[in-house]
Amino acid sequence: MSDSVDLGMPGLAGVPGTDVKQTAKDFKTDQEVRWCPGCGDYAVLAAVQGFMPELGVRRENIVMISGIGCSSRFPYYMNTYGMHSIHGRAPAIATGLAATRPDLSVWVVTGDGDALSIGGNHLIHTLRRNVNLKILLFNNRIYGLTKGQYSPTSEVGKVTKSTPLGSLDGPFNPVSLALGAEATFVARAIDSDRKQLTSVLRAAAEHRGTALVEIYQNCNIFNDDAFELLKNPETRDDWTIRLEHGEPLRFGQDKSKAVVRDRATGSLRVIEGASDDADVVVHDAHVQDPTYAFALSRLSGSDLRYAPIGVFRSVERPTYDDELRAQLATARSKAEPDLTGLLHGSDTWTVG
Amino acid sequence: MPKQVEQRDRVVIRFAGDSGDGMQLTGDRFTQESAAFGNDLSTFPNFPAEIRAPAGTLPGVSSFQLHFADHDIMTAGDAPDVLVAMNPAALKANAGDLPRGATIIVDNHDFTKRALTKVGYADSPLEDGSLADYNLHSVDLTGLTTTALESFGLGRKESARAKNMFALGLLSWMYNRPVEGTIRFLQTKFASKPEIAGANVAAFRAGWNYGETTEAFAVSYEVKPAPLPAGTYRNISGNMALSLGLIAAAQQAKLPLFLGAYPITPASDILHELAKHKRFGVTTFQAEDEIAGAGAALGASFGGALGVTTTAGPGVALKSETVSLAATLELPLVLIDVQRAGPSTGMPTKPEQADLLLAMGGRHGESPVPVIAPCSPADCFDIALEAVRIATTYRTPVYVLSDGYLANGSEPWLLPAVDELPDLQVEFTTEPNHADENGTPEFWPYLRDPETLARPWAVPGTPGLEHRIGGIEKADGSGDISYDADNHDFMVRTRQAKIDGITVPALTVDDPSGKAEVLVLGWGSTYGPIGAAARRVRRKGMAVAQAHLRHLNPLPANTGEVLRSYQRVVVPEMNLGQLAGMLRGKYLVDVIGYNRVRGLPFRAEELEGVLEHVIRGEVPANV
Repeated sequence: MSDSVDLGMPGLAGVPGTDVKQTAKDFKTDQEVRWCPGCGDYAVLAAVQGFMPELGVRRENIVMISGIGCSSRFPYYMNTYGMHSIHGRAPAIATGLAATRPDLSVWVVTGDGDALSIGGNHLIHTLRRNVNLKILLFNNRIYGLTKGQYSPTSEVGKVTKSTPLGSLDGPFNPVSLALGAEATFVARAIDSDRKQLTSVLRAAAEHRGTALVEIYQNCNIFNDDAFELLKNPETRDDWTIRLEHGEPLRFGQDKSKAVVRDRATGSLRVIEGASDDADVVVHDAHVQDPTYAFALSRLSGSDLRYAPIGVFRSVERPTYDDELRAQLATARSKAEPDLTGLLHGSDTWTVG
Repeated sequence: MPKQVEQRDRVVIRFAGDSGDGMQLTGDRFTQESAAFGNDLSTFPNFPAEIRAPAGTLPGVSSFQLHFADHDIMTAGDAPDVLVAMNPAALKANAGDLPRGATIIVDNHDFTKRALTKVGYADSPLEDGSLADYNLHSVDLTGLTTTALESFGLGRKESARAKNMFALGLLSWMYNRPVEGTIRFLQTKFASKPEIAGANVAAFRAGWNYGETTEAFAVSYEVKPAPLPAGTYRNISGNMALSLGLIAAAQQAKLPLFLGAYPITPASDILHELAKHKRFGVTTFQAEDEIAGAGAALGASFGGALGVTTTAGPGVALKSETVSLAATLELPLVLIDVQRAGPSTGMPTKPEQADLLLAMGGRHGESPVPVIAPCSPADCFDIALEAVRIATTYRTPVYVLSDGYLANGSEPWLLPAVDELPDLQVEFTTEPNHADENGTPEFWPYLRDPETLARPWAVPGTPGLEHRIGGIEKADGSGDISYDADNHDFMVRTRQAKIDGITVPALTVDDPSGKAEVLVLGWGSTYGPIGAAARRVRRKGMAVAQAHLRHLNPLPANTGEVLRSYQRVVVPEMNLGQLAGMLRGKYLVDVIGYNRVRGLPFRAEELEGVLEHVIRGEVPANV
C-alpha cells in the first residue's frame, strides 16, 4: 500500500487516497448479487463500482451504509466496509460514523420508501445539518422488497395490492423535499445513463457536505417502465432537461424547448419554439438562494415531464461534522484533559 | 446571652415552595454546606414536570429533602423533622408527611384569602390551631428579605426573589452550617451581575442574623461530622456520576466517547454534562429523535468510538430496534435508561423501576442484552465503567437502569484515584484471522474469541479487513448472509451463550448475625431504603440478610444458591414484581414481592414493617 495521497477534493479532505491503480473489480465482492434479473440496481452498482477507482480513495476508507429495501442490499456487493442497517435509519447511523471518523468517505444507499417514508425524519435532519455524507436515493416509485405496494413517490391513483382502487396521497418530489430541507447538494440521475450518473456521482463525491443524488431506477417487476419516457430515444430529449452549469436551459429535439422565467410569478416554465436567448435561463448550480433550484424541481409533473437531470444545486456551507470536530479541537487547545480534576469538581472535602 | 445549642445525631429537612422559588438551589446549597461540614448525607429532590405550573397551586410545588447525620446513612429520610414552606401550597402539599412535633418554618407573606382558597384552605392553618401539634414558626420571610435589601435599589419583586437565600441563611444558622461555600457560590454564579450577587449574599446573611437575634428561635442544633472512611469527597448526583463515569471509562478504554441523545426527563442532564467536556474527546450529538440518537451512537461504535445513548422509558421503546441491530452486529453500545413512572408519559419526574422487563426482553427476536443497575448515586460512576467493560469486552449493547431517584438524588462520593481505575483498553483487530481454501489470508468478522465468544472489532480504515455486516442472519465465522436453518439455530444460541457467559461478580449477602432465615433482595435505587430497614430490624434484635443485585442479566452465578439458603425471600420493587417474576421463573423459588408504584422511593419505616412481617412468618398485610 502506498502512502496516503491527497485527493484534492473538498468532499474527501482528510480521507487518505492511494496511487495504486484500482479497477472496478477491486470493488466487487464474492457475494452473489440477488436482485431480480433486469433490475435497474445492477446498472447503478456497475456505475458505482466503475466510478470508485477514479476517486482514488483507499478501499478500506470507504463505508457504504444502507437501510432496508432492495437498494439497501447494495453494501453486500461493494468490497469496502459496509453496514446493512435498519429501515430508514441509515442517515442517522452514518452521521455518528462521519462525525467521529473524518478519514472515511461515507455513502448512504437508500430508496424512496426507506428515505422518504419510514426514514423521512432522518433524511431531512441530515440535509439540514449538512453532514459530509453522500446519499444515493434509488427512486423506483414503488415498494419492491415487500412486493409492490405504492410508495411516497408513486403518482396519485397508483393501483397496487394495497391500493386496489388507486392511491390517494400525493407524492413527494425528492428534489423539492431536499431543497426545502436546506440541502447544499442535490442532483438527479437515471440508472441507464451511466455517463451522466457517473458525472453526478463525481460531483457528489467532490462536494463537502450532504450530497443527495436521486437516481431514477427501474423496478421491472412491480413498476416496469416508470421512467420509460425519460429513457426512450424517441421521447427522452423532449422530456428531460440536461442541467449543465453555465449552459442555457435549451432542450428537446432540435433544442426547440427552453426554460424561461415567468415574469408574473417569478417561477420557471417551459416554452416551445423560438425564444430570445436573453430570456432563456442559464443554469447556475452555485446560486445560494435555493428558490431557483426549487423552481427547477417544480417543472416536473406527476408523469415526470419535464425532468431536469444533473446537478440542481451545489453550494458551500460548513458541515456539521467538521464544526463538531472543530469544537473538540478548540476545547482541547485551551487545556489538556485532566481526569482527576474533572472527578474532583469544585466542591470537595477531606476526611481523616 | 448565647443561645442554647442542642446535639442531634441526624436531621431531615425539606425545603418546599413554588417551582419558581429556587427550592432546588436552596436544598443543593444546604447539601453542599453539610457536605463541607463532614456529615454523611442523602438527598431527594422532588419536583413537577411542568416548568412553571401556575404560581401558588399544589401541582406547582417543588421540594428538596435532605437527610444529614453524624453517622453513615442510607436514605434521604422517611419524614422531615423540619419543613420550610414558602407559601400555602407548599405547606398544604407537605404537612401530611410530618410527624407530630416536627418544626415548620413558614413564610406567612402570601397567606392571603385568595392564596389560601386556591389550595383549599378555608381558614389560615397558621391561625386556626390545626398545626398546634407542631413547632410552628410563622415568619414573614419575604417581608424581612425585602427590608434587608432596601439599600440595593432593586424592585420589590426582585428583592423578594432572594427570600430563598434568607431561608437558607436562617436554616444555616439553625444547624450551625459553614457559610463560606454558599457566599463564594453566589458571588461566582452572579459574577456578571454584582448587585444581584450582593443582594443574595445580603439576604443569606440577614437570614442567619435573624436566627441569631430573634427570640422566636431559641435553640440551634449541632449535627457532628460523620466518621466516614478517610479520603477526599464530593457530593454527587446519579446523573453527574454517570456522566463522569462514562468519561472516565472512555479514557480508560482509550476510545473517543460519542453520545447520541434526544432530550428527555430525567436523563437530559447527562447530555448537558457531557456536552461540557469536549476536551476529553467527548462528542455529544443532540439527535432529531430517540432513534437517531441510538443509531448515531451505533454508527460511531462501528467506527471504533464508544457509542452511548441516554434516555428514559419512552425513548427505550423507540431505540429497541437499534439495540436489536447492535445485538446481532455485535458492536458495543451503552444504553442508559433513567427510569421514570410510566407507562407512556406517566410521571416524568418521578422514579419507578418498571423498565426491567423492557430491558430484559423488550426487543424482537431472540435478542439477549446484558442489564446492570446502580444502587446509589455514587455507584452510578462505577456502573458506567462496568457497562463499558461489558460492552467492549463482549461487543454487545448493555442496558444501564438508573432511575429518577438516583439521577437527581445525591450523596457523598469518596473520590477514586484515577490510577486505580480499571484498565478497559480495547484492541481492534488489524490482521486477517482466517485463510480461505487456497490459504489466502482473509478476515472473518464472526470468528469468535473462544473464551468470551466476542467477535473481532475491526474498524473501517483497516486495510485488508473490509467486510460487511448487517441485520440479516450471518453465517457462523464468515459473516456472509445465511438463511441456513441450522446456522440460524446455532447463531441464536451462540448469541445467548455469549451474554450468559459474561463474567459477573458473585452476589454477596450481608447478614451480621449469620442466623437470618429471611433474605431481602433488591436491585437498583431501593438499596438505600432496604439497607436502612434492615438496620432498623436488626436494632430490634431480629435477624435479616440483605443482598442487592447490580447485575440483572446475567444474574450472578450464585443467585439461585443464595435464594435457596433462606426460608423466605422478600423482594421489594417499585414495580409490580418484575424481578420477583424473573427469579421465580429461573430458580423456581417462591419469593415474596413487595410492590409499590407511587412515584416515590420506599420509606425505611415502611420496609421495616414488611421485613418484620416476613420474619414473623406472616405475609405482609400490604403485599
